[in-house]
Amino acid sequence: MKSLAELQAIKERARASVNIRENADAQTKVLVGMATCGIAAGARPVLTAFVEEVAKRNLQGVMVTQTGCIGICQYEPVVEVITPGKEKVTYVKMTAEKALRVVNDHLVNGNVVSEYTIGANAIGAK
Amino acid sequence: MYRSNVLVCGGTGCTSSNSEQIIEKLNEEIKAVGLEKEVNVIRTGCFGLCALGPIMVVYPEGAFYSRVTPEDVKEIVDEHLLKGRIVQRLLYQETVVDENTTKSLNETKFYAKQMRIALRNCGVINPELIDEYIAQDGYAALGKVLTEMTPQEVIDLMLASGLRGRGGAGFPTGLKWKFAAANKADQKYACCNADEGDPGAFMDRSVLEGDPHSVLEAMAIAGYAIGASQGYIYIRAEYPIAVKRLQIAIDQAREYGLLGKNIFDSGFDFDIDIRLGAGAFVCGEETALMTSIEGKRGEPRVRPPFPALKGLFGKPTVLNNVETYANIPQIILKGADWFRSIGTEKSPGTKVFALGGKITNTGLVEVPMGTTLREVVEDIGGGVPGGHHFKAAQTGGPSGGCIPAKLIDTPIDYDNLLAIGSMMGSGGLIVMDETTCMVDIAKFFLEFTVDESCGKCTPCRVGTKRLLEILNKITSGNGTLEDIDKLEELCYYIKENSLCGLGQTAPNPVLSTLKYYRDEYEAHVVEHRCPAGACKALTNYTIEADKCKGCTLCARNCPVGAISGAVKQLHVIDTNKCIKCGVCMEKCKFGAVVKK
Repeated sequence: MKSLAELQAIKERARASVNIRENADAQTKVLVGMATCGIAAGARPVLTAFVEEVAKRNLQGVMVTQTGCIGICQYEPVVEVITPGKEKVTYVKMTAEKALRVVNDHLVNGNVVSEYTIGANAIGAK
Repeated sequence: MYRSNVLVCGGTGCTSSNSEQIIEKLNEEIKAVGLEKEVNVIRTGCFGLCALGPIMVVYPEGAFYSRVTPEDVKEIVDEHLLKGRIVQRLLYQETVVDENTTKSLNETKFYAKQMRIALRNCGVINPELIDEYIAQDGYAALGKVLTEMTPQEVIDLMLASGLRGRGGAGFPTGLKWKFAAANKADQKYACCNADEGDPGAFMDRSVLEGDPHSVLEAMAIAGYAIGASQGYIYIRAEYPIAVKRLQIAIDQAREYGLLGKNIFDSGFDFDIDIRLGAGAFVCGEETALMTSIEGKRGEPRVRPPFPALKGLFGKPTVLNNVETYANIPQIILKGADWFRSIGTEKSPGTKVFALGGKITNTGLVEVPMGTTLREVVEDIGGGVPGGHHFKAAQTGGPSGGCIPAKLIDTPIDYDNLLAIGSMMGSGGLIVMDETTCMVDIAKFFLEFTVDESCGKCTPCRVGTKRLLEILNKITSGNGTLEDIDKLEELCYYIKENSLCGLGQTAPNPVLSTLKYYRDEYEAHVVEHRCPAGACKALTNYTIEADKCKGCTLCARNCPVGAISGAVKQLHVIDTNKCIKCGVCMEKCKFGAVVKK
């Protein structure tokens, strides 16, 4: 170890893997539906995409976790974003690509991606 | 990138209740469902709540599972890790608010009043990965010291912080460093005392198991402050997990160049080696410890000269306790004012205690100095189990004394404990209820010191033996009132004339129990009675006539056939045959057997 900068670089690299243990009281929760229906519809890559993107951008106060089936199996993979004091947002038929956009638009900039929400995709909508 | 971290306690307590198998099984099950790239299983240090071990915490949810068995692992993997459904039945019940909500661990009674400085990384990081320690600001204090501060500034900061030695005596750490720095020599040493010997104490072991790098970092800082280039950690071979993790930590620190030559390009060299002790209690005494490191028989020598002038190999040496060291990186990073804002004026900071004995939450706790004994025992410790009452707490192990129930509101710090005839000690805190005999407790600790006395000086070698003989006489019902006076006189004699701390403090358990429970000593002598019913020679089992139904259960279970009586007739215990094993009392369904 020759400099503080070197130590700082190791710290930043290691932070990502330790951060997760401190976000248990996180402000924003991203819940990915991971019951049998969700997993079958491809929820796992969606979950992974969220985890990696949140880590890559080093977002603090965001917890990415799983949840069970919420009963709308035909719309799986379903992702719910819960921020205290705001209305819960439910995204449906998610993919890894859509997940990246949700992180960017919603989690970082605070703009709900309306076109992915259940409101825009429900049967009879439009 | 892992989406979930499963932390399993790998402290000695949880390891002895199978946490190793749990980790193995976890890895197996996780692999079976194909989650090995998503879930990271980490073996951590002690979480503190040893009574509920083995402990497992799953992040990001922060679900705190207690008393996990290897059989529970499949359910945790299938339900929680695969499907995201927390296994409610295994949660630590205090964290469960209702079916769908849990509260944070820090809001539970056990953790709410705690403040973790020395233990801050225990149960949080993987102690075998230096990167995780660095992620928690590890080695930043060493970096700061080497690049921005002079040795004198480091010593001034330690003096200003008011940190006192956590090994028990409470000598100001900064002052120790100042003395060692002032003595000129071609070679100096910065050593760590990890020879934790008090029965029932495991604070230092837990720090070394859970956060070994914090001790290494602080030793390097001490080395820089006093001008030492070599450090030794003296640890007992009875702590195999701690020794293993320390060695891993030292190897990793060397690999990163955080130990070795020219650290942080500052020109400062420092390296650390481990020296294993064979578990002699006297080797916790500083001069005996250093003699043992030198390869000689671990015996103390006269002070002065103090180690700061002539220590290890005759060179100026600083010797600090594990917990003392664990505080230092935080003090460097956060400053003396921050440290002084915690605890009391004369004893700043926190203290780690190993809670044991008659208490619900056996485990490891860290509280700010000045916390009352009541808060530690009743709030954090969960009180005395089994409907019994708090009688006294023993602090400081064989060198300390007891704090009786009437002083339970005493704020715990170095000076208060000394004032009431006990001492801080290294932090063992043994809780006793009304079934504990205070004479018997004094005897227990004396048996320990008699065994552990090194034999170099007569007051300790012979004196403690005589003390024990008198105590044996009293507890067997053959004592006289003169024996009690003789006991007390001998205590003061040993205290004043012994060579080292072991002998000087060995009579403390007797003196403090005499101070607060002289009536119990007198009951043994005058009435031939043990008020707590603990001393076998003085207790008799009898059957109460009005309660005995004549069920014959006691007679059938008595191993020596001391109970006679026919069916539906009153049974009688023959006290001459009775060996006082207590089986009859345990078996009786009507509470007819009593101990008097």
